Amino acid sequence: MGQIANDVILDIKDLTVIYKTDLETVRAVNNISLSIGRGKTLGLVGETGAGKTTTALSIMRLLPTTTGRILNGTIYFDGQNLLDFNDHSMQSTRGRLISMVFQDPMTSLNPVYTVADQIGETIKHHNTALSKGEVSAKVDETLSMVGILPSRKNEYPHQFSGGMKQRVVIAMALCCEPALLIADEPTTALDVTIQAQVLAMMRDLRNRLGTSMLMITHDLGIVAQTCDDVAVMYAGEIIESGSVEDIFTGERHHPYTIGLFNSIPNLETSVKRLKPIPGLMPDPTKLSNGCFFAPRCESCLDICRESSPPVTSGGFHRIKCHLCGYDGR
Amino acid sequence: MYIYIVKRLLFLIPTILGIILIIFAVMNVTPGDPGRAILGVSARQDEVDALNHQLGYDLPFLQKYVNYIKNIVTKGDFGISYFTKQSVFDEIWPRFVLTIKLALCGILLSTLIGVPMGIYAAVKQYSLYDTIPSLIAFFIASIPGFVLGMVLLYVFSLKLNILPSYGAKTIRHLIMPVFAISISAAAQNMRFTKSSMLESVRQDYVRTARAKGLPESTVIWKHALKNALLPVVTQIGLNLGLLICGAVVIEKLFSLPGIGGLIVDRISFKDEPVIIAGTILIAVCFTIVMLIVDLVYAYIDPRIRAKYSRTSTK
Repeated sequence: MGQIANDVILDIKDLTVIYKTDLETVRAVNNISLSIGRGKTLGLVGETGAGKTTTALSIMRLLPTTTGRILNGTIYFDGQNLLDFNDHSMQSTRGRLISMVFQDPMTSLNPVYTVADQIGETIKHHNTALSKGEVSAKVDETLSMVGILPSRKNEYPHQFSGGMKQRVVIAMALCCEPALLIADEPTTALDVTIQAQVLAMMRDLRNRLGTSMLMITHDLGIVAQTCDDVAVMYAGEIIESGSVEDIFTGERHHPYTIGLFNSIPNLETSVKRLKPIPGLMPDPTKLSNGCFFAPRCESCLDICRESSPPVTSGGFHRIKCHLCGYDGR
Repeated sequence: MYIYIVKRLLFLIPTILGIILIIFAVMNVTPGDPGRAILGVSARQDEVDALNHQLGYDLPFLQKYVNYIKNIVTKGDFGISYFTKQSVFDEIWPRFVLTIKLALCGILLSTLIGVPMGIYAAVKQYSLYDTIPSLIAFFIASIPGFVLGMVLLYVFSLKLNILPSYGAKTIRHLIMPVFAISISAAAQNMRFTKSSMLESVRQDYVRTARAKGLPESTVIWKHALKNALLPVVTQIGLNLGLLICGAVVIEKLFSLPGIGGLIVDRISFKDEPVIIAGTILIAVCFTIVMLIVDLVYAYIDPRIRAKYSRTSTK
């Protein structure tokens, strides 16, 4: 892959993922492409069920083994296709080069092991040469990095509050200083004040460690605060992507993106009522041939129901729409 | 923690007092008496009454209750059997030891067979390692132990003639009974372990463990298993309790002199001292087993440990 520039850490091309059971096939991710620049943060935005987490799990190669299947595509990480890796090299990649922070800190820590044990385990596993003392020192260092007193390291997860647990999870993800951090709605389960703290901390750590980040969220506020680039996902497709400026201040948008912005309160303009997008996301087991957003779209054309829109781009900004694309209409 | 253990052991005292009271009360309201049972239907009523008086059976039941407890507390004396006129303790103890031996071997075997098979079936769900053992376990769990015991007797004693069919003199005598009581327990253990493991491997923290890059063996044996063990430990504890008092059928089948069989035999003679002493021993065992289960719980799960230390410092 010659076209992969050295400043791209993750490059996903034409990724398609399905969940297949005896009864039905869920088309979770449909032919998406995205890339993250080295040291940059990409925000992956979308409603629940848009395929964000599935994308993340595909990168980690942690899709449920009995149902999840990657049908198509490549995931180049640092110039190597992760989909070609065997189990062993994937294990040495996870946690060391790519790590992931999961959505719910309440359940993502193992209740029967101490915090020090769970962080130390990652460090020890990826640095087998370290002695016990060195591992322990590194655990202390990582904990103080996320703002937890190292004296609490021998406590169990149930002794920490939700925000503290998420800090522990983040510490666990960052302890080996990975090149890419995937944060799957890291603050959704936390209350607003703690959200702000955790986000500020993540931003700070990212800048300090130079980690690239994939920030999965449904909160445009978080995107504005933390991301360099944005990709908007809908029904397993990326319908618009670009820099934060393109998405937040640009002229042209996908109708779905416009809908997303209309559904959040804005302090600067006065609107009497929020304008949510009507309807629900299409059933991923029965996707149409046309644009997946067509049934909910206010500016839907005849062509939208018949054929899938092409991706058109203006510079770095890409839109997948018949009406609002960059092809002159 | 230690305070908690002491508390639990102290709780044994009211439990035992209650058990003794209940047994005396039940013996009092049920028909029949030891004099008639020993002398037989043809004996004259005055002879029967004389024997009952001699045994101390005709005293009011509360008085018997108080006397019995007084004897245990002051002299460590569990009384004399109405039927054999022997010291109850001497009569019960060897039988009790045999029952415990049988139960412990049975639990050990059923755990060693059932738990690893359950783990393996859960990890390899839907493969042949899962379906075949699960099917066999389902089949075995629905066969009563004595049927299996009879099959064993037929094959190994009658046909092959390699194992003794009755008695409890050597280890070889115990092989078939232990198998007969442990196979269905093993099947239960397997099903329990499997369902508990299946739930555990779907938890978020198991995914976290994989996301850390840990090899699959560590993920399963360290992260999933420890969480899956709690219900399995309860099941094993309950099984042990049941085997101590409930192995009567197997004991009879293999003519093993165990405690359950003894109690059942003596109920028809209204041999109160033996029945009560046997029941006390079983109750004490049951309580201790349950205490051990709780301690294992606390060892496995820090949240439970925290709860115990909080209650014990109050």
